Amino acid sequence: MLVVLFAISVLTFVIFNVIPGGDPALRMAGRQPDPGQLERIREDWGFNEPVYVQYVKTMGRVFSGDLISYSTQQNVLEEIGKRIGRTFSLAIGAAIIWMAFATALGLYTAIRAGRVSDRLLTILALVGISMPVFWIGALMNYYLGFKAGIFPNGGYVPLDEDPIDWLYHLIMPWTALSLLFIGVYSRILRSNVLDTLNEDYVRTARAKGLSERRVLLGHVLRNSLIPVVTLWGLDFGAVLGGGAILTETVFDLQGVGQYAAESVDLFDVPTVLAITMFGAFFIVVLNTVVDIIYAILDPRIRLT
Amino acid sequence: MSSAPLLSLSDLAVSFRTEQGVLQAVDGVSFELRPGEVLAVVGESGCGKSVTAMTLMGLTRFPNTRFDGTAHYKGLELIGATEEELQRVRGAEIAMIFQDPMTSLNPVMRVGDQIAEQIQAHESLPDAETRERVIELLERVGIPRARDRVDSYPFEFSGGMRQRVMIALALSCSPSVLIADEPTTALDVTIQAQILQQIRALRDETGAAVILVTHDLGVVADIADRIAVMYAGRIVEQGTLDQIFYDPQHPYTWGLLGSIARVDRERPERLPAIAGLPPSLTDRPEGCHFRARCPHEFAECTRVPPLEARAGVADHLDRCWLPAEQKRERREVRPGEIGLESKPGAAAA
Repeated sequence: MLVVLFAISVLTFVIFNVIPGGDPALRMAGRQPDPGQLERIREDWGFNEPVYVQYVKTMGRVFSGDLISYSTQQNVLEEIGKRIGRTFSLAIGAAIIWMAFATALGLYTAIRAGRVSDRLLTILALVGISMPVFWIGALMNYYLGFKAGIFPNGGYVPLDEDPIDWLYHLIMPWTALSLLFIGVYSRILRSNVLDTLNEDYVRTARAKGLSERRVLLGHVLRNSLIPVVTLWGLDFGAVLGGGAILTETVFDLQGVGQYAAESVDLFDVPTVLAITMFGAFFIVVLNTVVDIIYAILDPRIRLT
Repeated sequence: MSSAPLLSLSDLAVSFRTEQGVLQAVDGVSFELRPGEVLAVVGESGCGKSVTAMTLMGLTRFPNTRFDGTAHYKGLELIGATEEELQRVRGAEIAMIFQDPMTSLNPVMRVGDQIAEQIQAHESLPDAETRERVIELLERVGIPRARDRVDSYPFEFSGGMRQRVMIALALSCSPSVLIADEPTTALDVTIQAQILQQIRALRDETGAAVILVTHDLGVVADIADRIAVMYAGRIVEQGTLDQIFYDPQHPYTWGLLGSIARVDRERPERLPAIAGLPPSLTDRPEGCHFRARCPHEFAECTRVPPLEARAGVADHLDRCWLPAEQKRERREVRPGEIGLESKPGAAAA
């Protein structure tokens, strides 16, 4: 895991500081740099020195917490810290919602495979997959938020300030973000369940005289969920790391993803660098968590 | 063996609607099973043995299945039974051992839990007692250190051990009928003998009736009381072990008996085989289904021969138009040459 993180840090460094031509300091400095600032940046980041020194200095800045955005003059890590709660609220809620709905939907459509209800839900799932978040989000904002006034038109209230208002503000973003994932996950689960239903051990479970419910939940679902959990971990990690850029932006959540979008807009290299590392970190962490869950679900891959 | 039948099938037919047409897997199968009896159902692959067995458990109820005929078990009509009625029968009254122990157990569930699940589906037994019973069952089927092994996962067991677990599972609620669907096919020969031994011992201990589905007549010789030979969905010959082995009536049975490899005979150049393949179940020939492969085919064979006592003994039935004397003359397998050697009181012709 540490090795992977190190590799990611090198890669990120190479992408941002080595590969692009021209003066890295010029890119760092934002849109209107003055010569003195450029000189200072060169000094701070070691751009006049060999590449490995540049790498060490860059990472030193990222991890020591004195990474300053030259465009906004703000401390990047502090800014990420401020936004992390928002992104986490969005990610955790949405991940639970999409997994729960996708499981229910996938199982249901698999049992009803070929019937009208399965076909209808299949079409719905495809519609869900095909609708871009920025579009469905904008629609929700306009109709449910602006016109009907049922939900607030974007924005965020911290959980510790007002839990109900927090929930109220997050319902639309959760829904918008989950729709796509529910579509994809329920399709994957449906085909997994259909495969599992043909397994010999499911026949054994039926032959035992178990109720259909027991057979489905105890034997079919558990085995069908194993591959989906992997996917879920990765997607969850990506959203935690600020991957839900569109959702955050559409609903103006001011999370890490939206911060990333704004920084790219401002050509704010230090910030983008830090957020990339931050996102990668969560994906790697969640990957490890998935491995652990995987071992719990499937005893065959436990090492000891 | 004159006690009332436990299970009686009458003209059971199972067909599946498929894209290639109607697949008639089982066509008019009738037999009775009495308590404590071992009935072997024998035939090549794809002749309807397993479908018959699984139909009794209600495991062939797909949207494209059509059932005809009846299957009575202790006053319950299995074919028309509701799912709830079947759930009460499955596992508790009729239990099944499947062909492939490698895939028949849930890979992510401890073996003990898989057995306990069945017990608790049928009886309200506390967890601790259930566990004790599971351990006892595992010991009974010869799993060493059962107390430790009860918490193992199927992948930690060999094929033979898994089949023992399946047997323990089948026994856990003391069923009256045990259906073993090719229980030894996927196992190596030494393990086969042990598993058969196990099934026989259980029959003796519990008095359960056994339906043994197999394509291996060698397996049958050891354990069966009666044999039903199936071909292309129909029973073509049915009788006691001795009748089938010492006085086989149907040319298909002759072929099956002739193709058993034997160590106590001079080695033939090639193991005899029945020429050709069984007919496709979606497009079966008119009349006797075996006639395309039968060297003794004659005019009569275009009509379906009913299953009747043609050999002169009431409980020895077959479906072949040839007169009994001619059968005894023509069959290459001579009485006494087939099956087990020293079989006393053989009903030789």
